[in-house]
Amino acid sequence: MHRTADRRTGSVWLPACRFSAAVTGAAVLAILLFLLWFSLPLLDADTLSKLLSWEWRPFQGGFGILPMVAGSLLLSLSALLLAFPVSVGICCFAHGMGPSGPAAYLLRLVKFMTSVPTVVYGFVGVFVLVPLLREAFRSGSGFCWLAAAVGLAVLILPTIVLMLHSQFMLIEPQVTLTAAALGMSPAQRLLHLVIPISGRGFAAALVLGFGRALGDTMIPLMLAGNAAQVPGSLLESLRTMTAHIALVVATDSQSLAYLSLFACGLILFLSTTLVNLGLQLLKRSGEDNG
Amino acid sequence: MKTRYRLFSLFCWACALLPAIGVIGLVVFLLRQGWGGLGLELFFGDTPPLDAIFRFAPVWDGIWPACFGTLAVTALAALTAIPLGLFCGIYLNEFPRGRFSGILDFCVNLLAGMPSILMGLFGFALILFLRHTLAPEAGTGLLLSGFCMGLLVLPYMIKSTQSSLGGLPEDLRLMGAGLGFSQSQTIRYILLPSAGRGIMSGVVLSIGRAAEDTAVIMLTGAVANAGLPRGLFDNYEALPFFIYTVAAEYQSPEELQHGFGAALVLLALTMGLFLAAHGLHHAMEKRWKRG
Repeated sequence: MHRTADRRTGSVWLPACRFSAAVTGAAVLAILLFLLWFSLPLLDADTLSKLLSWEWRPFQGGFGILPMVAGSLLLSLSALLLAFPVSVGICCFAHGMGPSGPAAYLLRLVKFMTSVPTVVYGFVGVFVLVPLLREAFRSGSGFCWLAAAVGLAVLILPTIVLMLHSQFMLIEPQVTLTAAALGMSPAQRLLHLVIPISGRGFAAALVLGFGRALGDTMIPLMLAGNAAQVPGSLLESLRTMTAHIALVVATDSQSLAYLSLFACGLILFLSTTLVNLGLQLLKRSGEDNG
Repeated sequence: MKTRYRLFSLFCWACALLPAIGVIGLVVFLLRQGWGGLGLELFFGDTPPLDAIFRFAPVWDGIWPACFGTLAVTALAALTAIPLGLFCGIYLNEFPRGRFSGILDFCVNLLAGMPSILMGLFGFALILFLRHTLAPEAGTGLLLSGFCMGLLVLPYMIKSTQSSLGGLPEDLRLMGAGLGFSQSQTIRYILLPSAGRGIMSGVVLSIGRAAEDTAVIMLTGAVANAGLPRGLFDNYEALPFFIYTVAAEYQSPEELQHGFGAALVLLALTMGLFLAAHGLHHAMEKRWKRG
């Protein structure tokens, strides 16, 4: 009896697990292969030079994607620049600078922010942030780098805060006693002990936030104005690679335009892989030292 | 020196106020603009609700087709991601031998970090590929969106299964061995029931993620004004996509009103799912911390 039951359950579970594991691995491989397959025409030097230019004018034969690459980088970095200091402030508030009751609520609120749909952030941005910027600066339509940077900063804030929070949670037990023995105030403890030794956590939070900002589509698509140019100021429009993909699929059908889309996809894929490897390295070096 | 700490404290307080103001502002703004439009007309327009739901009567000026599309995509995504993710999580946590586990772990991390637009692009490429090879008439549609969305939320499902099983006390595994259970029986009769709430929390979280993502469905079959889909291969409407199109190109105050209503409905949906996932996760942690 025991034997047959064993064989029956055994015969289902391990193969099912193996099958699922294989399907998951195959799916990732398939995504990679499809991207590579459709990017193969890029190997042609002539096509490549056309795509790696600063001109995007599909009707005049300009298919350069460099403005989008620059747009993605500028926007992600500026959003990170806005979100990171605020995240550090929030984390310090939650770890001693604020009263413990509100601190707990604050963390819960930040966790809740992860559940707000991106498209809702974008929607509210269109009807609150954009008119505000239009009124405040009296130039252009309000759909600009700055609007998208603020929106994106709000989106990546919880990611960064939660990463920093988990790092602080690891460090606090090690330093609390020392800090108390030295008679340090919470501010002194955070500024002189906790922050200086969370370097790796800070780096991980930055990398993670950057990856999240680089990969988001809806905020730049809805708020940045999508002109394929390198913006001259914060009040000018820009286009990211993600938004470019969404826009080209929706409109064009010329072969070079399609190719530009897969080139953007490939760049995005490579950058997110790099981000991932960076995180893994940070994690591993942390394990070695700890 | 003293002023430096003062300033730091002030800075922290200011930062702490920002998300509070932001989130409350967002919810209040949506409620003020959208509350008046909430009602059965928002969903069904002039069509009788029961006809729309049970007899698939067409709805012309309501967000019911968008709600239906979102429900359908989410259900298809759940059908793809839940079984795959569950078994994959078990595999990674309970059979961690060989080089394949390492590779798989790397793949899951890669998948988790992938921007959703790439998943959409993958679906789009899949259709282009099918058109050139097997099925010249292949097009985007519900099934494709569901599948791509399933891939998008798969890593969440795997990670939560893995961490729920990993968080269980070692005693439970010993108990299985003590009872003379095989490894499979231990998993089936002891570990899975014990980790149930944690895994459920992962399921709910994945569903929430599938319901809100826009980039994937934009490239794989969501269109404006499609009405109800006639089948699995038909294009469809979806709530997030509807919200996006209203923001981009609304024509009339009524349409804007619908946009606000849809944003409120979507926010309420993801908020509810988030709270449910949170509750389940908490219950799971509480249960095993004592034991």
